[in-house]
Amino acid sequence: MGYGIKLHVCGDYACFTRPEMKVERVSYDVMTPSAARGLLEAIHWKPAIRWVVGRIHVLNEIRFENVRRNEIENKISTSAIKNAMNGKTATLAQVVTEERQQRATLMLKAPAYLIEAHFDMTAAAGSEDSPEKHYNIFLRRARQGQCFHRPYLGCREFAAHFKLIEPDEEMPVSFYSDKPDKDLGWMLHDIDFMNNMTPKFFRAEMRQGIVRVPPFAEGV
Amino acid sequence: MEKEFLGQAGSTELLSKRVEFSLFFDVINGNPNGDPDAGNMPRIDPETGNGIVTDVCLKRKVRNFIELTRGGEEGFNIYVTEGGVLNEQHRKAYQALRPGDADKKELKPKDNEEASRLTKWMCTNFYDIRTFGAVMTTKVNTGQVRGPVQFTFARSLDPIFSQEVTITRQAVTQEGTEKGREMGRKHVVPYGLYRMDGYISAYLADKTGFTNGDYETLLEALVNMFEHDRSATRGQMAVRKLFVFEHSSKLGNAPAHRLQSLVKANKTTDIVRSFDDYEFTVDRESLPEGVQLIERE
Repeated sequence: MGYGIKLHVCGDYACFTRPEMKVERVSYDVMTPSAARGLLEAIHWKPAIRWVVGRIHVLNEIRFENVRRNEIENKISTSAIKNAMNGKTATLAQVVTEERQQRATLMLKAPAYLIEAHFDMTAAAGSEDSPEKHYNIFLRRARQGQCFHRPYLGCREFAAHFKLIEPDEEMPVSFYSDKPDKDLGWMLHDIDFMNNMTPKFFRAEMRQGIVRVPPFAEGV
Repeated sequence: MEKEFLGQAGSTELLSKRVEFSLFFDVINGNPNGDPDAGNMPRIDPETGNGIVTDVCLKRKVRNFIELTRGGEEGFNIYVTEGGVLNEQHRKAYQALRPGDADKKELKPKDNEEASRLTKWMCTNFYDIRTFGAVMTTKVNTGQVRGPVQFTFARSLDPIFSQEVTITRQAVTQEGTEKGREMGRKHVVPYGLYRMDGYISAYLADKTGFTNGDYETLLEALVNMFEHDRSATRGQMAVRKLFVFEHSSKLGNAPAHRLQSLVKANKTTDIVRSFDDYEFTVDRESLPEGVQLIERE
């Protein structure tokens, strides 16, 4: 069991894409635990630790905005790269005028969250890995605004700003703190990377602006 | 002589500092980025009326600039091109990079290892993959590269007003039409000053092999991105200011939002129609230790 942290994150936009609607991306109403984990990992992560998201506070009102962009329909094919590497003629470049798709994104506007999380030590932890060490590295980085790479809210174009909430600091108040509870339906919890990339889901409910995330094992 | 040598050595070293940047560009009587959902009108935030230019739109400009200025140079291929397939003439380069097929046949690398070799090879050859990343279809999960450079949506500082201009053409498209001319429509923004914030991670630069030289090239592309993108729809677009925040360390020395808020532009008149109607304030006093602010125009 590691130490708990609280991180305040916000940005202009976010898109936590629903897996059932990802051709024309539609965001979940709130941040998923997997997105929160990715965001924490952008600040500090080592194979010795595993981030566990406990609660996500939804600070701002949930609002959507639509944007449609020209996108590419194909991914890079492995065989073409192999051919090129072997010196055979291959078409590597993508021609945007021929492979264009116009896709919409329904994204969240002005999102802000407070992530409550802790980390567990994994089997990869060596003798020099102590929870205190990783906890302090994270605190130091989060306080100084340092990061491994810029954290983002679902997609990389939606950069996130972050701020550490100190244990004795007052928590920001959620827009939903005095609103009725909201059932957000089934939401992606995280991907089970040990088990052939199986996605796991949980029933998300927002009470007073807080989404409680069950342990990963309880996801279905 | 020695200086020259040092300069060259530096340019092939991997980027070793975190960087943030804020890019200010403006448009006069043009459409900076059309919205396919709104009949190609300029993109607009429906709530505030501020103009938007997407991240991918600006990445396209960077790619075009690189293709134009570095086209044909080894390592500066552009993966997502706007036309034309460039590969055949580079065949020799590939062969030079991967000599000895024998070595390959014997090794038979495992999936993971092979995937990372493919990724690495693509990064060395393509500037845009090295910079922005790419998704590669491999059966293993490692087929995705995140590039060090991250763009965000650009927004105009003030609400923009989109004007519809109807134009005529003294010829018709189809044969046998009665009328002698056709009407068309253009959408223009009389004036708009936009700001785009971007981020560069030194750690991801390690992974794709993004060097100091690549970084310099990127800044050059950012400053000149509209100089070679003239067209009837764009009107007059120009990069006005580029503020680059260089941290002295890989992790960075201060939160990005604090740095970016040091640079502000405010309009000095109610109706803005030129860059002179904006006043820039750069709070150099509050610049945190270990961060260098470089201004490029």
